Amino acid sequence: MSEIAPAAKPAFSQEALKKVETIYNRYPADKRQSALLPVLDLAQREFGGWLSRASMDYVAELMGLAPIRVYEVATFYTMYNLKPVGKHHVQVCTNISCWLCGSDGIGEAVKQRLEIEYGQTTEDGNFTLSEVECLGACVNAPMFQINDDYYENLTPETAVKIIDELANKA
Amino acid sequence: MSEANLVLFKNIHIQGQNTLAVAQQQGAYKRMEKALGMSGEEIIQEVKSAGLRGRGGAGFPAGLKWSFIPKDDPRPKYLVCNADEGEPGTCKDRDLMRFDPHLLIEGMIIAGYAVNSKQGYIYIRGEFYREAEVLEAAVAEAYAANLLGKNILGKGVDFDLAVHRGAGAYVCGEESALLNSLEGEKGQPRLKPPFPANVGLYGCPTVINNVETLCAVPAILEKGGAWYSKLGVEKSSGTKLFSVSGHVNKPGNYEVELGIPLKSLINDYAGGVRGGWENLKGVIPGGSSTPVLIPEQCETILMSYEALAGAGSMLGAGSVIVMDKSTCIVKAIARLSKFYRHESCGQCTPCREGTGWLAQIMDRIETGQGREGDIDLLLSVCSNIQGKTICALGDAAAMPVVGAIRHFRDEFEYHVKHGRCMVD
Repeated sequence: MSEIAPAAKPAFSQEALKKVETIYNRYPADKRQSALLPVLDLAQREFGGWLSRASMDYVAELMGLAPIRVYEVATFYTMYNLKPVGKHHVQVCTNISCWLCGSDGIGEAVKQRLEIEYGQTTEDGNFTLSEVECLGACVNAPMFQINDDYYENLTPETAVKIIDELANKA
Repeated sequence: MSEANLVLFKNIHIQGQNTLAVAQQQGAYKRMEKALGMSGEEIIQEVKSAGLRGRGGAGFPAGLKWSFIPKDDPRPKYLVCNADEGEPGTCKDRDLMRFDPHLLIEGMIIAGYAVNSKQGYIYIRGEFYREAEVLEAAVAEAYAANLLGKNILGKGVDFDLAVHRGAGAYVCGEESALLNSLEGEKGQPRLKPPFPANVGLYGCPTVINNVETLCAVPAILEKGGAWYSKLGVEKSSGTKLFSVSGHVNKPGNYEVELGIPLKSLINDYAGGVRGGWENLKGVIPGGSSTPVLIPEQCETILMSYEALAGAGSMLGAGSVIVMDKSTCIVKAIARLSKFYRHESCGQCTPCREGTGWLAQIMDRIETGQGREGDIDLLLSVCSNIQGKTICALGDAAAMPVVGAIRHFRDEFEYHVKHGRCMVD
């Protein structure tokens, strides 16, 4: 559980609260906990790309769940970030199909370009680099995911070009 | 292979197929209309006669699974589509969802009607964010056209459908872990029995089918179970999507009839092995958990459930991972062991501890720190995992290790003895 606390007590915007209602409507009225995964995802998006303890507590209160129910789910799934991540989260798949097709070279090229290792964030907070397990795009290997988007059939050159383009936009 | 590409990927290359208008031009929802004029029992009989087996990996007959849903039970029935595609090497369902989402929705309405379910969920892996967006847009279109919701097309049938994104846990592809996840819990598998057909989502009768399985249903309704059963080979009927990745010239998802020779799949569809067939080292035929085949087996093996089981491997999800002679088999398996350690949910001791052992031993052999007796230790750990866990993830972690040692023991021994790879 991260020690870093956000500046202010988190709370959803009105728009996000409307989304929560839409999410609730997908499940039977007495099975609200089903909405926990999507609501945590929404919280992560609303609260800067990661889930602080305060954010999890907020979700627990909002959904009427014991905080432990939220912590155990948030810590079980890899897509919830329990510490801050950069604006662009670069997740390089290195599982078998990507590895066979050169993901080591992709990882090295991105590390060199960003001057960080897997698990680190650039000093400007712009990029976090992660090594991840299979992302299910094996016939278009090697690939990485940046935030919600897949980038497939990469070469070290195209990988760096994509990073450069994002860096210039930032 | 004349009638392959006519079932799942028939319309996948059509521009705009993800939209309702284009999908309907190609006949989408016509099969559903036909189905809603039949009884649930008739539909189940059609799917049974088709011989359609679950395409998620286990290969259980779909029609039989549907028939297990109790008929005179007052509890709600649920239909859940398993779209948690995550077995390394597998990426076929993604194409169905992003390019032809209405095919899946239509298949789900038919399946839901057949088992008297009024609520369906598509549980899609969380990383497939864009694919979930495509599905959600298609679901919204279907609702607007009264193809979903109350009294579908005035036929007195109700069926609601929602997309539910997971959050990055491979084990949630196991059906009971998926149900826990859908209920907002940690995705840890449940003890079976009871099976989901009786005690599934929210404790109610539930059918769980893979995306590819459900996408095969409309064509079966359109052309009949007898037609479908003639595709493929006996006991492995129909067409199958094979994801061919790794060292081939044209990696891709290909729809072919089951029973196709592996050699033909690789050469005629995937452009052949990089450097030619002679450069082949081994093939993982069904996804990362299935034991590797050696070139002698690859010469003649047929891609059917039975033939691959007979060769000591499995068809799995149809995820063909091709490795040429530049591949260090020890490193390949070490990479897979790392994956299974990462993905073990931690519930069962043999799996939680065993996958850690496997990863650790494989890693030390691969990095030249292997000890005498390590290979037998690996086999011993595997035998202490297999068959001793709640779900099949433990078996999935052990099988590739056992399979690789069976065929490539000399390479493991070389690694241990010389502290390096014989391929380098």
